[in-house]
Amino acid sequence: MQQDILAGRYSSRRRSNFIATGLAIGATLLGLGWLVLILGALLWKGFSGLSLAVFTEMTPPPGSSGGLLNPIFGSLILTALAVIIGTPIGILAGTYMAEYGRYDKLSSIVRFINDILLSAPSIVVGLFIYQVMVAPMGHFSGYAGGVALAVLVIPVVVRTTEDMLTLVPNALREAATSIGLPRSLSITRICYRAARAGMVTGVLLAVARISGETAPLLFTSLNNQFWSLNINAPLASLPVVIFQFALSPYAEWQSLAWTGALIITLAVLALSITARSLVSSGRQS
Amino acid sequence: MQTTTERRQVADVALSDQIAISAGAAARTRALDRLRFGDALFRQLTRGAAIFVLLLLSGVIVSLIQGSIPALSTFGLGFLVSQSWNPVTEKFGALPAIYGTIVTSGIAMLIAVPVGLLIAFFLTELCPQWLRRPIGIAIELLAGIPSIIYGIWGLFMFAPFLQATLQPFLINTLGNVPGIGSLFAGPPYGIGMLTAGLILAIMVLPFITSITRDVFEAVPSVLKEAAYGLGCTRWEVVRNVVLPYCRVGVIGGVMLALGRALGETMAVTFVIGNAHRISASILAPGTTISATIANEFTEAVGDLYTSALIALGLLLFVITFIVLAIARYMLLRIERRIG
Repeated sequence: MQQDILAGRYSSRRRSNFIATGLAIGATLLGLGWLVLILGALLWKGFSGLSLAVFTEMTPPPGSSGGLLNPIFGSLILTALAVIIGTPIGILAGTYMAEYGRYDKLSSIVRFINDILLSAPSIVVGLFIYQVMVAPMGHFSGYAGGVALAVLVIPVVVRTTEDMLTLVPNALREAATSIGLPRSLSITRICYRAARAGMVTGVLLAVARISGETAPLLFTSLNNQFWSLNINAPLASLPVVIFQFALSPYAEWQSLAWTGALIITLAVLALSITARSLVSSGRQS
Repeated sequence: MQTTTERRQVADVALSDQIAISAGAAARTRALDRLRFGDALFRQLTRGAAIFVLLLLSGVIVSLIQGSIPALSTFGLGFLVSQSWNPVTEKFGALPAIYGTIVTSGIAMLIAVPVGLLIAFFLTELCPQWLRRPIGIAIELLAGIPSIIYGIWGLFMFAPFLQATLQPFLINTLGNVPGIGSLFAGPPYGIGMLTAGLILAIMVLPFITSITRDVFEAVPSVLKEAAYGLGCTRWEVVRNVVLPYCRVGVIGGVMLALGRALGETMAVTFVIGNAHRISASILAPGTTISATIANEFTEAVGDLYTSALIALGLLLFVITFIVLAIARYMLLRIERRIG
């Protein structure tokens, strides 16, 4: 009798373990399946529109063919602006938190706030820049778009810089101090060098993050149908063009939107894979 | 080159407080002063940058409050509970957008949390070692895909698919069940709150998976081995040992994903339908706070309209701030416990 109950309980335990295992494998396949589905759709729809014209011609008016040259160029300008503005601020702030004030109150507050900025809705950043730049200046501009993206770059760089500098062994700092190096030199010449791979990774990740960002650009850099190098005017960017073209009723525009989406995704994947291999090669050496 | 000499000089000075004044001493002091100045400057520069991050956040809050004053002073607290959204008569209420935000995020979490936990269970306990890294990387690549890609994919591939398969199925089966039937009523539009919720689920899944996997892995193996030693199955170990041990961390990860889902803009904007009404059916088009802002901000004419949209942005920021703050607090607690 007792034996039967025990055996029954054992088999029911085994059954629930079996079910949970099956569900877990199913969930994993589901998760990977989405990746395959999305990438597959992108490749299928995007490649059919991919041609040399995409990189040499301007965005077309509805109903005719064209390329994505001006939004690609605009995206490059905006990304460069964002990195130029955001990286130094991020690295300096991360340096303070890891080197000067690792345990002080300011650092822990900044760490908390930075983590929140890291996942704050990007559309709110767009509204913020609209308020402080676009509205006072009276017009949309590439500068506003670049600054909006910089606001997204800063938290990523702060986080990785701090993390990477924290990993630098204290013995290096002590050695630098013992030969009489001032703190600032021991940070810039020794610690930065030791943490370089990780810090570069941070910047790459930040670029990967902003290169697909659309929401903060919608009302900062807006869009521009024409070739424009004027950063002080509305500037085309790949994500915004994808947004506009995908929601349009024109087949040519929709096909260009897919091609643009493919370009962005490939760029982002390449950036994250580079960043990842940098980190792992840094760990080995 | 210069730094080598500087370094040597500094070392000299540092060692030789007592050394009698020589010809080089004055030069050394000057070099030292310069270094001391540079040192202080660098320190203040980094400190300033750290404070700048704080100013950034307060800048966001202040500018949003400032921008939403016209709308909030016109509508008062009624802004939060009013259902009307009429740019012509300039009557604005946030309720449909708040409702849509909560419903889509709710659907997303309902699906993504169990699936994410199961994947973490698979990755930490079931998966053969050589397969862990590739799957982990694939899941993280999913997290890196920009949201606009999910949007365009959702609009052109996922929504038509749902319109042809899942939605008619739901309408014909659950739609006839009394009580919950109204949730699945109406024609299958393809786009709508359910589609947006499902896309959000796909988007936040990698966040939940990678955070729960990290906290699962942080559970001391002694605890797990003890449970296995008692004859527990893998599922029982995860359910009765791992999950209770890192409950706080899992909740933190879920809240972090919820923060993402609430604020997600582009993926939702494509498939939500932008309809300012509250429908009982989750198949109906709706809108969310972020989708409303993205769709209407550049076309908003009149200060009140713009201000109402900024007020929506403020609302979104406050909600996500609270959710993310709770998430961070909980993740900090688990980090401290693990050490």
